[in-house]
This record gives sequence, C-alpha cells and structure tokens, in this order.
Amino acid sequence: MAAALAAIVLLGAILWKVFDLAWPAIQEYGLGFITGETWDPVRKIFGALPFIYGTAVSSLIALVIATPLAIAIALWLSELAPRGVRGVVGSLVEMLAAIPSVVLGLWGILVLGPFLAAHLEPWLHEHLGFIPIFGVPTATGTGLFTAGLILTIMIVPIIASICRELFLQVPTELEEGALALGATRWEMVRGVILPATRSGIAAAIILGLGRALGEAIAVTQVIGGGTKISANIFGPADTLSSKIAASFQGAATSIEQSALLYLGAILLVIGLVTNFAAQVIVRRFDPLRGGR
Amino acid sequence: MSAVTPEISLRPSGKLRRRRVVNRVMESIGTFAALLAVAVLVIVVTSVAVRAAPALSWDFFTEPPSLFGAEGGISSALIGSALIIGMATAMALPVGVLIAIYLTEFAPRRIAAGIQLVLDVLNGLPTIITGIFVFGLLVIGHGQSAYAGAVALAIVMLPLVSRAAQEVLLLVPSALREAGLALGVSRWRTVLGIILPTSFGGILTGTVLAVARAAGETAPLLFTCSIFRPDVSTDVTQALPNIPVLIFTYSEQPDPALHQQAWGAALVLMAFVLVASLSAKALLARSRRKLGG
Repeated sequence: MAAALAAIVLLGAILWKVFDLAWPAIQEYGLGFITGETWDPVRKIFGALPFIYGTAVSSLIALVIATPLAIAIALWLSELAPRGVRGVVGSLVEMLAAIPSVVLGLWGILVLGPFLAAHLEPWLHEHLGFIPIFGVPTATGTGLFTAGLILTIMIVPIIASICRELFLQVPTELEEGALALGATRWEMVRGVILPATRSGIAAAIILGLGRALGEAIAVTQVIGGGTKISANIFGPADTLSSKIAASFQGAATSIEQSALLYLGAILLVIGLVTNFAAQVIVRRFDPLRGGR
Repeated sequence: MSAVTPEISLRPSGKLRRRRVVNRVMESIGTFAALLAVAVLVIVVTSVAVRAAPALSWDFFTEPPSLFGAEGGISSALIGSALIIGMATAMALPVGVLIAIYLTEFAPRRIAAGIQLVLDVLNGLPTIITGIFVFGLLVIGHGQSAYAGAVALAIVMLPLVSRAAQEVLLLVPSALREAGLALGVSRWRTVLGIILPTSFGGILTGTVLAVARAAGETAPLLFTCSIFRPDVSTDVTQALPNIPVLIFTYSEQPDPALHQQAWGAALVLMAFVLVASLSAKALLARSRRKLGG
C-alpha cells in the first residue's frame, strides 16, 4: 500500500528535483527568462522565448494536420469499415504509435526531410511564398515543418484510438434513430456522434498535444537547431525539449546547464497542466459514458 | 375523398441529392485518411527495412562497434539495452503490480481516483523530464550508469504496468474473490492465493507491452546512460552502450557509414518493438476473453 504512496511521492520528487536543478538559473534570470529572445552561451544571456515559440508552432502544425485526420480515421474505423478490415486497420494504426520515436526521427532526417526539401517545400514557397510562413526552405529539409509532420505521425494514432473508443460508446439506438429519420450517415455523424463526444474529443486532442509538446528525440533529429524566432516554418528552430536534448551534453558552464534545466522546468509545468486538464475532462466524461 | 394523388418522385433530386453527395464525399475522406495512415506505416517500415538490409550480417549482431567507420556491429549495444531494460522491468513490475492491487482491492474510492490521476499524469509527462530527474538524482556526483538509465526507464514503465495490471485484476470474477473471503481467508491471502495466479498471464502481457515501449525510449537515457565505451561490458555501474542512444548519435553524424549502422539498429529495434507489442496484444485479447467468458 506504500507502493501507491510511492507514485505520489515520485511525482512530487520529480517536480522538486527539476526545480531544484534549475534554481541557479531561476535566481539569476527570474521570470524575464520566459520572454527573453536571445540564447547566447558565450555572453551568458539566456532567454526561453525562441524555444517556447518553436514548441508552440511545431505542436500547432501537428495538431492542425493530425486532428481532422485522426477523427476521420476513428469515424471510418467505428462506423464505416467492413468488419473484416476493421480489426486489421485498427491494429495497423496502433502499430504506428508503437514505432520508437528515435526510429521515426532517423527516418525523418534521412528520408522525409530530403524528400520535402526536394519536392513539397520549394513548390509551396514558389506558389504561396507571399505568405511569410512559407519562406525559403533549408537544403536538407530540417526545420519546423518537418518536425511538425513527424509529430503528426506520432499523435494521429493516439488521438484516433481514443476517438474510436468514444465513438463506439455512443448508444446504438441514437445512431439508428437518426438513420431511421432519414439522415444520411454523415448527417448522423455530425448530428449525433460528434456532439455526444465533443468533450472526449477535446481531451484526446489535449493528450495528443501533451505528447507533441514533450517529444524530444525525434524533434531534435529533424528540427535543425536554431535560436532565432522566424515566421518561416521551413527554417531551422528548436523546441524546449529538443534544445535540452541537443545542448545538454555540450553545455560548457554550469549556468548554461542550469538555464537548460530552466527550460525543462517550463516544459514540466506545461506538460503537467495539459495532462491534468485532459485527465480532468476524461474523468468528467467517464461515469456518464453510455448514459446520456 | 377526391383522388388527388400528390406527385411523389422516388428519384433523389435537389436537396436530397446534395445531401447524398456530401455524405459520399465525407465517407471517402474517412477511407482516404485510414488508407493514408496505413500507407505511412508501410512507407516507414519498408524504407527502414530496405536501408537496413545491406547492414545486416552475422557480424552486425556479434561484433562491438569499431571506433572508426562501418566495421563492427552492435552487439555491445544489444547487451547493454537488454541489461538496462531487464533491470528497469525488475524495478517497475513489483511496484506497478502492488499499486494495481492496492487500487483494485483495498483503496477507498476517493483515494484510488486520486492515485489513478497521479499515475495518468505521470504517464503523460515528457520522458525527457524523467531523464532530467534521474540525472539530478543519481548522475550528478556519481556519473552516468546503466543503473541510472534503468531507473529512468522504470519510471516510464511504472504507470503502464500498473494500468495493465489493474485492467486484468478488475476482470477477475468477484465470485472467486468472495469465495476466498467466505472461506475465512484473509484479504491479503486471497490476493496472493487466488487473484494473482488468476491474472498472472494478463499482467505478464501487460509488462511485455511496457517493455516494448521502454525499449524505444531514448530521452530518459540521454542524460543517464549515453557516454560510454563501445566495447562489450556487463558492468552496470558504468554507462553501457544501448540501441536507442546509438541510433540517435549515429543519425546526428554526417558519415553515411554510421547512417548505415543506424538503419540496421533501427530495424532491429523496430522489429523487436512491433513483434513484442503485437504478440502481447494478441495474448491480452485471449486472456481477456478467457476471464470475461
């Protein structure tokens, strides 16, 4: 029974230790660290804003692409797919989630990146270049956009499998009722299934977001590394976690190390808040499942 | 009673036709999305396999990496990974199962819900944070070690193991539980003698799933077990080579020969993870049917 207490102690210890390690930097730079725009280890000026920006943009790209895709997959799996195919495709989608992130990153840096740099990105830049986000692509294809795509691949299966469970729990009588009233399948989905599962879908998206925000390895491999804020999503950048992963071993001074851990503390707070929010929504939803 | 028959057309027209078109479009979007996901999986797996093929040989599995170039293999990393994951499992499994037993058998509702929340939050925490935590706890002042890496992975595995164990424990028919209690057996003996043996298989497969997840985790190892000598060693107080960190560091190098090695290691890792999680899921489904039916 002490084991259960250990879980709580563990979470507390993680919180305490991370802040403890970051303390020198927190004292040195205070809250201004969060809005600081420069990261210069030589002059010992550190600011987290470029990485917060990188984290936000890469996760946003991933969410924008992943959410509709994942919901479409979940709908297909729960409502449309022929019985035989359903199980197979379902487990294939879950296998996508099982691919280790370091393998996805390797694939991203050596296959996806060069492919994007050679085909998609120049085309987008040429035709939509007047929008600042489609700036000049890098030669190797490493950058925010590639990182966003890799994150998309990672979170689609997460969101899809949660949504699928939700959709399957919508009472069949309601679905059949809508169909009997003459609604087409899509109208049934839009009028019955989606409204009934709205908050669950929100929780699924937040869980996916939490994963995207915290992913370190694959992002480090494909994002290219950069400390400037730029509107160009094809340019190199860094997220909170990728900056830590990429620079920690090379950190020359203890204050730089501590600043990196400050980034970790920010990430920890963001991670805790998103997860907590998602779990609370899921929980509010849980006992009502199948009820109304 | 006049014979006014309203003209009813049985052909869809106007609004109905549009509704049907919209429906058809949405259905094909769904199908397309599902196909896309499967296609991405196939593309990733085949491109890893194709690129890894030239690297694979007997030596690749039995030789340690050489310091220069593409000679040598990944044997030391295989051994290191196996040791680290083994130790992590040995730590996470008992604690995870104990938590699950407490939550399903003993805890009052309120407390159980609270602990469950903590576990879920722990599960969603970025794994790099876990790495930093263990770095601060065990590495500062002691140096990196396989032991520290194992602790980090154990923290990642803990919520997975306990969730899996909980699900299986809940499936144990309450008749069995009550039978034990009715015979005057204490609660704890009931757990040990009846509930655990019944759910043993399910807990085991849940553990395999957690192992599959932990095997691919790189971030927790980056700070705890990433600076190592390439030769074969089983000394767990030193940092040991391991597959994920090997792939990560090689992928950051410009040398194509190292990329080749990284692809080979990636294929090995991916094959292990996919086979382990697929078979565990199949087993889990079976044991669930057995307990549920």
